[in-house]
Amino acid sequence: MSAPVTTRVDDPPAVTALRSKDLLGIADLTPEEISLILDTAEAMKEVGERPIKKVPALRGKTVVNLFFEPSTRTRTSFEIAEKRLSADTLNIAVASSSVVKGETLADTALNLEAMRPDMIVLRHSSSGACHLLSRICRSAIINAGDGMHEHPTQALLDAFTIRERKKRLAGLKVAIIGDLLHSRVLRSNIHLLTRMGSDVWVCGPPTLIPADIARFGVRATSVIDEAVADADVIMLLRVQLERMEGSFFPSLREYFSVFGMTEARLARARPDAIIMHPGPMNRGVEIASEVADGPYSVILEQVANGVAVRMAVLYLLSGGASDEAAA
Amino acid sequence: MKRLLKGGRVVDPASGIDGRHDVLIDGDRIVRVGPDLPADGAEVVEIPASLVVCPGFIDMHVHLREPGQEHKETVATGAAAAVAGGFTAVACMPNTSPVNDNANVTAFILAKAAEAGLARVYPIGAVSRGSKGELLADIAELKQAGCVAITDDGHPVATALLMRRAMEYAGMFGMPLIEHCEDPTLKGDAVAHEGYHAAALGLRGMPGAAEALGVERGVLLSELTGSAFHVAHMSARVSLRAVRKGKEAGVRVTCEVAPHHFTLTDESLASPIPYDTNVKMNPPLREVADRDAMLAGLADGSVDAIATDHAPHHYDEKKVEFDRAPFGIVGLETAVSLALDRLVHTGLVRLPRLVELLSVNPARILRVAGGTLAAGAPADITIVAPDLKVRIEAAALRSRSKNTPFDGWELRGGVAATLVGGRTVFVNPAIGLKRL
Repeated sequence: MSAPVTTRVDDPPAVTALRSKDLLGIADLTPEEISLILDTAEAMKEVGERPIKKVPALRGKTVVNLFFEPSTRTRTSFEIAEKRLSADTLNIAVASSSVVKGETLADTALNLEAMRPDMIVLRHSSSGACHLLSRICRSAIINAGDGMHEHPTQALLDAFTIRERKKRLAGLKVAIIGDLLHSRVLRSNIHLLTRMGSDVWVCGPPTLIPADIARFGVRATSVIDEAVADADVIMLLRVQLERMEGSFFPSLREYFSVFGMTEARLARARPDAIIMHPGPMNRGVEIASEVADGPYSVILEQVANGVAVRMAVLYLLSGGASDEAAA
Repeated sequence: MKRLLKGGRVVDPASGIDGRHDVLIDGDRIVRVGPDLPADGAEVVEIPASLVVCPGFIDMHVHLREPGQEHKETVATGAAAAVAGGFTAVACMPNTSPVNDNANVTAFILAKAAEAGLARVYPIGAVSRGSKGELLADIAELKQAGCVAITDDGHPVATALLMRRAMEYAGMFGMPLIEHCEDPTLKGDAVAHEGYHAAALGLRGMPGAAEALGVERGVLLSELTGSAFHVAHMSARVSLRAVRKGKEAGVRVTCEVAPHHFTLTDESLASPIPYDTNVKMNPPLREVADRDAMLAGLADGSVDAIATDHAPHHYDEKKVEFDRAPFGIVGLETAVSLALDRLVHTGLVRLPRLVELLSVNPARILRVAGGTLAAGAPADITIVAPDLKVRIEAAALRSRSKNTPFDGWELRGGVAATLVGGRTVFVNPAIGLKRL
């Protein structure tokens, strides 16, 4: 099998494979493993730029995309990544599954497992759902977002995008602003960026800052100008409109006036700062449209890079690296 | 029939006894405790010097699940677990199905307990009908049928007014009100202790303050009504502070702590098994400072009792996503080993104090027999093996449910034998006391 992995000469990864059979969260990864995934994603990105965007790396492998929560971006991104690697893919969405008949997640997993898929990509509203599946299944489990816990491929694609633009992660000031409490994107990004040596600041109203945040190795503030000052990267997090207003902050209007990312606020960041958002965006709530659409915005690059990063994860977890070593 | 337990260290703080003594039993009563008692026709049971003879342990907070949830536990399986864990008596919570809010349910539980013929079972009645927090349950009839206290456990009493009236009314019979202390609005839909580990795992957290608000309310209403108030399964350091302040002010407040709250912390959410539903309980495992405060309270006397909050759940119910799993773990068969290992062998608590926590004080709070080996007391006796090496095996528990986070734990200290009303109801095969 011709493996599409190239190793960067300037920054050789210290490892050639991931230790775990699953990707449950960034918290389980070493900096070397993170570098391996990001380096592998660079080669995968090149595949997506070819006229024929397909390699046979996952030929004969079955990947189940098991989504218990609605998702357009992430599910599509995984599906494209799987197809570009020639995997056989199957999508199960909650509405059409037997879960509505009262089947437990454990039973759903056991039934799927009986049909011997190689990998299961799981999106679920309960934190830890992927850990439960991982204890039950021999298949590789890829976390596509579990409750408020982690969304590891999102953090990996964010890091990939930052690295592409800034050529490094270490030493960068990254400000993450928004609903910190309910965000799995935040948790994965904190784990990844602090492991890679970034200076991470988080910002939001005190009602939306998780307990004991200092233990995560980040600086927390509710003063947005402090978070933005001299930042290299500004990452906005989605505010969950439906359940926030009136309970965590008084109104969306007030939220925008205190925490919304405007061009005026952005002026305090470094001149070459980039703006990121994991989507879906609430324009005029956490981010002004002028900022979202501005020249410093890399929001669509994030989406594009998501496919390459997910290809890298699928490839590495399918035993790609060990196949290569055996060849 | 007379039996003489000969040798062994007798620890009976109620009589001020701690030393090598013999215990003479006649039928279901204790006749005498003293050094070198003559056999005088009694059957002699030799107790090795390494064992400790104590007044029977009383677990004042268990869920026996019958009627209604017999797939989790029954009165009989719960009683078997109790005696295997060294408890001669248990007080069972009313959140059965139907709720124990009337004399019929109480009588049913007592009939099942008599049929099992193992541990004594003291039912606790509901504060309100159906524990719904609206109308008072038939408290006088519950008392008459055999209930020893009232509680809406599982939830706090719905309103301060209802709690006040329940305290006033139950106070007329000397029944304490036992409270699951919690401000439901501050707890919300939380599933773990609010702190670093819940935040990192993305689990909704409840702060210790949610519990302490309930403690403060109860202390104030106890002061107002003059009735006894008992804090169930206390876990937070701010709750302990409220209890201490109440005691200093002369309020009739007492409290219990569960073994898991003096042993584990919220770090168990993350390791060794991330999201293990067997570390999900309410109140939740708290942070180190709270666990250490519980240990300090147990040592200095501000905590009155150790109670397990034995909460059996079927494995199907626990084999789900963490936030969907029911709260609670079984505790009857692990409590004494955990207490010996974590409290006595660490030097925090001496054996007489442990007997107060497990026997003297629960009997006093619930106003039931026991808590002493004095002449005339029921021959409810727990014989402890403080240095026995115990390995906890979930699969081997007598309880119908195996939901324990202590599976595979190796602890120092265990139960040698349990006697209820003079009858031997449990002998640990690892010790093999002859003729007991």
